[in-house]
Amino acid sequence: MIRVVDLYKTFGRQEVLKGVNLELETGKITTIIGGSGSGKTVLLKHLNALLLPDRGGILVDGKDITKLRQTELNNIRRKFGVLFQGAALLDSMTIFDNVAFPVREHLRLNEAEVEKKVNDNLAQVGLAGMGYKFPAEVSGGMKKRAGLARALVTEPEIMLFDEPTTGLDPLLGKSIHQLIRQMHTQFKFTGVIVSHDIPEVFSISDRVAMLANGVIVEVGDTAAFTDSKNPVVRQFLQIDTEGPIAVL
Amino acid sequence: MFSWIGQIGRCTIEWTVGMGRTFLFLLSAFAWAFRPPTRLRLIVHHIRTIGVESLSVVILSGIFTGMVMGLQGYYSLRKFNAENFLGSAVALGILRELGPVLSAFMVTGRTGSAMAAEISSMKVTEQIDALYSMAINPIQYLVSPRIIAGLISMPLLTAIFDVVAIYGAFVVGVQLLGVSSGSYFAGMELSVVFKDVLSGFLKSVSFGLIITWICCYKGFHAPPMATGVGQATTESVVLCFVMILVWNYFMTSIML
Repeated sequence: MIRVVDLYKTFGRQEVLKGVNLELETGKITTIIGGSGSGKTVLLKHLNALLLPDRGGILVDGKDITKLRQTELNNIRRKFGVLFQGAALLDSMTIFDNVAFPVREHLRLNEAEVEKKVNDNLAQVGLAGMGYKFPAEVSGGMKKRAGLARALVTEPEIMLFDEPTTGLDPLLGKSIHQLIRQMHTQFKFTGVIVSHDIPEVFSISDRVAMLANGVIVEVGDTAAFTDSKNPVVRQFLQIDTEGPIAVL
Repeated sequence: MFSWIGQIGRCTIEWTVGMGRTFLFLLSAFAWAFRPPTRLRLIVHHIRTIGVESLSVVILSGIFTGMVMGLQGYYSLRKFNAENFLGSAVALGILRELGPVLSAFMVTGRTGSAMAAEISSMKVTEQIDALYSMAINPIQYLVSPRIIAGLISMPLLTAIFDVVAIYGAFVVGVQLLGVSSGSYFAGMELSVVFKDVLSGFLKSVSFGLIITWICCYKGFHAPPMATGVGQATTESVVLCFVMILVWNYFMTSIML
């Protein structure tokens, strides 16, 4: 279980998070939605301490990761896999080496075992035989798949997805969603997705939370969320320019 | 009036904080260099990129620097009938000053800029965040091996520059202008002492540190936007050139 407790974050004079409270249930996929610049990615980056809050805490299995030393934090980070918005593959390495990278760093496997594990993983995301290519030589969708393979190769307990379908066409976006659902069924991870892809992303979400004005304004099971009477949620889901959210 | 004083205060605080961060960055790189896992393969890789890949440009600049020194030295010394001191003048100038400084300039232009650009581009495209999220310390993975490689490569490149430049001056002074080969090398042997070689060696080691430290720091702290890469690269090259010249003056004044 991950608990976000009263989280505040300011960049310069801009207050992005103003007391976020959220519980992310174990084994479920929670999607965080919200307008552009509402702080979704900032919140996501706090979950594995890529950003540290000005105030508040992130409890992972009861430990506040914002107060841990580097070694302890690294032990917690090994429980996480992250799919970044642009996949963040190391561009000096081939796709195979990118996926093998966390395995070689953290798992004590010989090279033959690494090769088997990586090839199996690449095959699962539909990239069998593509490992020899460099990130610059493949499409955006393939990068996302490779990023997903790298994030999942160490079988993490928690997966963070930062806008997994941004920049992809609807068909490719749907295939990434299906892949996430398929991987979730297989690995049973706790998933957190930050997405704009509404309502498509709801099909793979167990729970949905909405971030607006620096706080979580609504959270609940997907069905209950879509029926929410909260005017902020209604405006966002109905793509209405009139309402409590100032659009321009 | 008060806003002017406030601005000076703000700049001073920002400068002090920046200096503190820069030194902490270096300390952290050294601390991580001695923690397992030892990244020998990466160190060798960076010795190749800093050392081997800068070799051609260092040799080329060494040859022409030596040739110019041979030419200028010969015509200056001839006015005093002291052409026989050409070897001594060239060797001291190159070993103590020009060798370390010019090879450091070449490495800054050839490798330092690429280093800053690569690391800043990794920052902009979240690759550094990806390393953190994989529980891999980016300082240990990206910075420490480069600094160690810089410390090893720079003295070797400087030594090659020195030898090539001395032979460049030899070609012009002895082969073209007719200084005697014996007096060229004998003058060198008589005037160059161990301290001169040591001075050049220590300068080159410190320049290796300055280049890798500044370029990695600037890359690591690039603004997270597309222009950040260009900004980090330019700033790192300019700062390296200035720091090399300033530090060279202090080293010279200490080691004279």
